[in-house]
Amino acid sequence: MTGTTPPAGSTAVTAANDGTALVELDAVSKYYGNIRALEGVSLEVHPGEITCVLGDNGAGKSTLIKIISGLHGHDGGTLRIDGEETALASPRDALDRGIATVYQDLAVVPLMPVWRNFFLGSEPTKGTGPLRRLDVARMRETTRAELLRMGIDLRDVDQPIGTLSGGERQCVAIARAVYFGAKVLVLDEPTAALGVKQSGVVLKYVAAARDAGLGVVLITHNPHHAYLVGDRFVLLKRGTMTASHTKDAVTLDELTRQMAGGSELEDLRHELERAHAT
Amino acid sequence: MTTTVPPVRSEDPSADERLLRVSPLRRLLGRPELGSVVGALAVFLFFALVADGFLRASSFGTVLYAASTIGIMAVPVALLMIGGEFDLSAGVLVTSSALISSMFSFQLTTNVWVGVLVSLLVTVAIGVFNGFMLTRTKLPSFIITLGTFLMLTGLNLGLTKLISGTVSTKTIADMEGFGSARALFASQLTLGGVELKVTVLWWFGLVALATWILLRTRAGNWVFAVGGGPEAARAVGVPVRATKTGLYMGVGFCAWVSGQHLLFSFDVVQSGEGVGNELIYIIAAVIGGCLITGGYGSAIGAAVGAFIFGMTSKGIVYAEWNPDWFKFFLGAMLLLATLLNAWVRKRAEATA
Repeated sequence: MTGTTPPAGSTAVTAANDGTALVELDAVSKYYGNIRALEGVSLEVHPGEITCVLGDNGAGKSTLIKIISGLHGHDGGTLRIDGEETALASPRDALDRGIATVYQDLAVVPLMPVWRNFFLGSEPTKGTGPLRRLDVARMRETTRAELLRMGIDLRDVDQPIGTLSGGERQCVAIARAVYFGAKVLVLDEPTAALGVKQSGVVLKYVAAARDAGLGVVLITHNPHHAYLVGDRFVLLKRGTMTASHTKDAVTLDELTRQMAGGSELEDLRHELERAHAT
Repeated sequence: MTTTVPPVRSEDPSADERLLRVSPLRRLLGRPELGSVVGALAVFLFFALVADGFLRASSFGTVLYAASTIGIMAVPVALLMIGGEFDLSAGVLVTSSALISSMFSFQLTTNVWVGVLVSLLVTVAIGVFNGFMLTRTKLPSFIITLGTFLMLTGLNLGLTKLISGTVSTKTIADMEGFGSARALFASQLTLGGVELKVTVLWWFGLVALATWILLRTRAGNWVFAVGGGPEAARAVGVPVRATKTGLYMGVGFCAWVSGQHLLFSFDVVQSGEGVGNELIYIIAAVIGGCLITGGYGSAIGAAVGAFIFGMTSKGIVYAEWNPDWFKFFLGAMLLLATLLNAWVRKRAEATA
């Protein structure tokens, strides 16, 4: 390893095995006016585990993310962080408590170099007074080293991050969250816009973050990706929680069937077959 | 340290064939200023050939002066453009700054320095107003500053007539402090046989300061971020509102410098001046490689843009052409520079 140590990343590992969840939602609800966006959803995020949230479009996945990442407050139920009941006031508040969210599109500024993106919002400085300036050498070095640790070998950290592939950009965002000491990593459909190979690369880094002791919330509508890495699965449908499994209690086929609508899919198949026959 | 990476492709699947060696020439081509520097050389050669006297040392001072009056304002306008916003009120704000300073001192018979400081407060406050309106209403800056532009134009004319009775201010040359203020904002010095106006020093100083801020401070990183991806910037904790407001305050500050120069070099100020200059500042920034959609550009580029402007406006005079042609040249320059920039950037990105 290189000489640079992450500011607070080590705490994630030490907090690992005392049983309390990093983040716990208990029957959480959210209403937008008279619209019920989310009702009675419960989930747990443990250190070194991946909790997958599965659901189709409009199932309430985005609302769930917004609650965990501090963009919206919840209207019912309880949200506990490290066992302590709380309400998040802002994304900054969530970040300060160690919850980092990697959004699908909003992760980076495309025209800026990779190293400037990596430290954006938390830039290290040296010098004092009017000579206080960015520690450019350290920023470049750390970016290169941290990405290398995640297995991304960038020759040029000066290239605009927009020239990286979608998967690599996701990985930079994940590496950034890990470096800045996140205890909980929330990933919003990290594989949605990616091809098979790139998805594999991203899932590998998700697993790497888990192995580093982080609790991961993986939002996806792909049960195959979820089953590959997930430890717990929460299924959402039309704002309510339809199922909650641990990995040893469910098979991929069962997960896929429930995700796809279960009995509805059976009916649909039945109808389609009949239509075909006549 | 394990940071030295061999230039061969690693076996990792994420390192792919796009990561080629980048030559120093390619790096140069990737600089935002490049198009404007090429343009500046072309303009310089052109006028050196067609205009007698363009190459004389005294002409150089004149060209630099013309460039500096635009350049002082092109700096903050370029920064603002990198931050993703426009300021259409920048041109008349310069006039407002001069008018406030002059009329405050004259009407209250104070030391002119009092007027100068009041003017600084008001121009920076107008910058805060622009930034506040923009960040709170989330309307496009084009609309917000168009409103400020029209209001300031009206106020300049209306208030000056109301207070002075005419469209220009009274002379303040015999008032206390005029000499020292003139020394700071409108004096002339000789460097190596070339007569230089002090505005050239202001200009160079502001370009250096802006470049420092942009490339070596946290605030500069935020300027690029709020212009290139405001949502991403907000999500990682960049103070987007404060950054944008700060940029408008920068425009206010530079408009103050520019306005005080106007006042102390001409003594009286015409209240209708400044309209249209905001576009010239924007043109200088765009020629200098600032992306009109934000997130890309440099202060040095804007300075080169202003220099092209200075060479063109004075070159036409030295060539003894009708100055009516000036705008035509400026427009052609803008188009050429923008095309060149786009072409260079595309090539640099395609092979970087």
